Amino acid sequence: MNGCSKIPISKPNGRADSTVWTGPLWCGPVDSMAGADMTDTEIAVRMNGVAKSFGKTRILNDISIDFLQGSVHALVGENGAGKSSVGKIIGGYYAADEGTVDINGETVSRFSPRDALQRGVAMIHQELQLVPDLTVLQNVFLGLESQYGGILVQGDVARFRALEETCQFGLDPHAKVARLRIAERQKVEIMRAVAREARIIIMDEPTSSLTEDEAERLHALIARLKARGKTIIYVSHFLDHIIANCDRVTVMRDGQVIRNDSMAGETKQSLVDSMLGQASEISWPTLPDAPAAAVPPLVELKDVHSDTGLDGVSLTIRPGEIVGLIGLVGSGRTEIGRVLFGADRITSGAYLLDGQLQGRLTISKAVQQGLALVPEDRRKQGLVLTQTTRPNVSLASLDKISRYGVLDQRSERARVKRMIDHFGIVPGRVDGDVAFYSGGNQQKVLLSKWAVDKPRLLILDEPSRGVDIGARQRIHEFIVEMAEAGTAILLISSEIEEVINLSHRGYLMSEGRIFFEASCADLNVDEALNRIFHEQGADPSSPERIIA
Amino acid sequence: MTDTYLTDKPEPKIIRASVGQFAQQYGVLIIIVALLIGLSFASDSFFTARNLLNILNQSAPLAIIACALTLVIIGGGFDLSTGAIFGVASVSAGYFAINVDPYLAILAGPVIGLVLGGINGLIITGFGVHSFLVTLATSLVYRGVAILITGGALIPVRIAEFSWLGRERIGMVNVAVIVLVLFMLLMMFLLNRTTFGRKVFAVGGNEEAALLSGIRTNLVKIMTFCLSGGAAGLAGVIAVSRISMAEPQAGMGLELEAIAAVILGGTSIMGGSGAVWRSVSGVLLIALIGNGFNILNVNPFFKDLTTGVIIVVAVALAASASRSR
Repeated sequence: MNGCSKIPISKPNGRADSTVWTGPLWCGPVDSMAGADMTDTEIAVRMNGVAKSFGKTRILNDISIDFLQGSVHALVGENGAGKSSVGKIIGGYYAADEGTVDINGETVSRFSPRDALQRGVAMIHQELQLVPDLTVLQNVFLGLESQYGGILVQGDVARFRALEETCQFGLDPHAKVARLRIAERQKVEIMRAVAREARIIIMDEPTSSLTEDEAERLHALIARLKARGKTIIYVSHFLDHIIANCDRVTVMRDGQVIRNDSMAGETKQSLVDSMLGQASEISWPTLPDAPAAAVPPLVELKDVHSDTGLDGVSLTIRPGEIVGLIGLVGSGRTEIGRVLFGADRITSGAYLLDGQLQGRLTISKAVQQGLALVPEDRRKQGLVLTQTTRPNVSLASLDKISRYGVLDQRSERARVKRMIDHFGIVPGRVDGDVAFYSGGNQQKVLLSKWAVDKPRLLILDEPSRGVDIGARQRIHEFIVEMAEAGTAILLISSEIEEVINLSHRGYLMSEGRIFFEASCADLNVDEALNRIFHEQGADPSSPERIIA
Repeated sequence: MTDTYLTDKPEPKIIRASVGQFAQQYGVLIIIVALLIGLSFASDSFFTARNLLNILNQSAPLAIIACALTLVIIGGGFDLSTGAIFGVASVSAGYFAINVDPYLAILAGPVIGLVLGGINGLIITGFGVHSFLVTLATSLVYRGVAILITGGALIPVRIAEFSWLGRERIGMVNVAVIVLVLFMLLMMFLLNRTTFGRKVFAVGGNEEAALLSGIRTNLVKIMTFCLSGGAAGLAGVIAVSRISMAEPQAGMGLELEAIAAVILGGTSIMGGSGAVWRSVSGVLLIALIGNGFNILNVNPFFKDLTTGVIIVVAVALAASASRSR
């Protein structure tokens, strides 16, 4: 890359700052108790002996953590370890059953997200909470619009620009949120928290849908927020991000705090060891041999265009081959998957399946042909959360477990049980309540839906997003298993490292086009990124132009 | 502004939670049992087979509609046209019974209802308009059609081959009650034992997930509206054969009663969850309240008021229970 390093952002202009309350200044709301012991290491949030159960399941047990003011505090642990629940308790979404939560020195319990916000606590969710029909600007200032006696007045655009100076996301303030991609929606959520002058910001998997470059800018923002005395509670599975950007870390396992420590001296391995409770290696599974060049492709795209932005895409995937798509969010990775699955229509070009030209492939025909798609947003596009594990697993293969439309529940149970054992889904009940499963187990249920009958083509869009290490490794093994069994696999992931290590061949994408193809054995993350940035005609140090 | 509570001891909370869950799950049944017991003590004539069967018989048409409507609502839809379809089926059945054949007339009602429901479904899925709006509009159209068929007049139908459906008994049990039970079992079977039922739950629970699983979601929706229309048609025929009179204004407001019963039973208006037995319980609860008012000689003006209050309370309880999860 080149030598031009990122310039730290100077203090925003006065207009934005005039409304900012930067922590323990005399101008803030008067706190009757505070004031006596104002030290540098003031405790922003103190959890003492907190426990929480859902029904009979105890998800948190005796949690005691001090979050220091002005620090970036990481919560790590496998999915289901309870880190998101800790965030939700501080954010006011869950009420603690036992123990106390002190926010800025005041004990609170049974308070709503609204109360939390008034106390300066904002939470940025894994499941984003925006109003899709409103614009970016309207969402950011929802509830704090510029107004005079209830009548909206001009001024939000200027405020947005001021905010943008702090955040530097390059979002169009007038774009409808419904049309934004997940990564961009996440930025809106973050801007919203910043606009609310939250003093404590809880970020649950903030980088899971961001590209490396976007994640970097988020971390720069976090550093700026920290410099202003804000406390960031950072929940994530990306240990590299955590080690690089956090001051303190709490490791959790099975609903308990394993240790609270300073980040100094921590390594990826030391964190993983504490998370899993035993030493384990971070490794990639060995890929099966790529199919011979003579093997005819299962699917082939020739110069395909689509209304969703594909611009002359050509690719092939052979049975038993894992093909990766590498590109920034919005480069058309997901769209290729959707075209192959019959979810989006081709406007020109050819789609061949088994060498046969596909005219109007619909999803239901694609499924009958043995094609499968695991979408990127498992809660919105993948799972029916009102239903249990069993119907979710059976959803795509109802014909296989029925005769004349009548279900054979016994064979269905056996099939679902087989998948639960295969993936190690926890809880292992056939009729478990999927809505309350951890991200990793939800993802396994989703994979089971297709794995229960061996698909011929498996399209995986972000298969390990928001998933803990254990589940992630299981998913990686699963990908390799499927390829060994002869399934053609299209792997889409924002994590370039994942794609490169799990694919035989990779296509680099940009703006709806494939511009480079390489064997993944010859590719590394830096080179791939360099090529992408080069292709975009921008250099890596000024990424604003790429995302806009 | 914000109150600060102290954490209280958690012990009884778990018990309270499970009692609350049970009450939420089987709330309707609990109220029904309470009413049955209460009314039995209040009046000797209440807890007799005759009275209970009479209640069932009278609520059979509404219950049949509510059973099929359950599938529509679980599938994420809404049907405001059942009352109007009931009207069209009533007058068509009357017309067929007099002019063509009484047995054919019995068949004509459900078939016409099915077709009208199918038209609803086609408009909803074809144009992507919300079912609430479409069925609100088609209910006006269908009601207009019903009035046009008879020119606004009533058609007396006094034909034994036709009126057995609403009037005869087998042993002690009315034919209409038997039809209701069979129809209810059919709907339960469809919902719980067939691939179609699975698809209905999936479409209502997460339409995009259903679509991405290869389910033809539009077809599933159309079929639920066909069922709902068919049920309204069947209910219309039963009603006509019972009172021996086909009138185009029949079934006014029935669509709202059916929706009320489904919601009262505890099926989620958001789609994706619910059960047929719940809706039948909802119908019975409404019917029991009415019967209680008759038996106890209470001013019937209070009947609707009471029913409304119970619906509000039931729905509010269900909502607060699901929020506290």
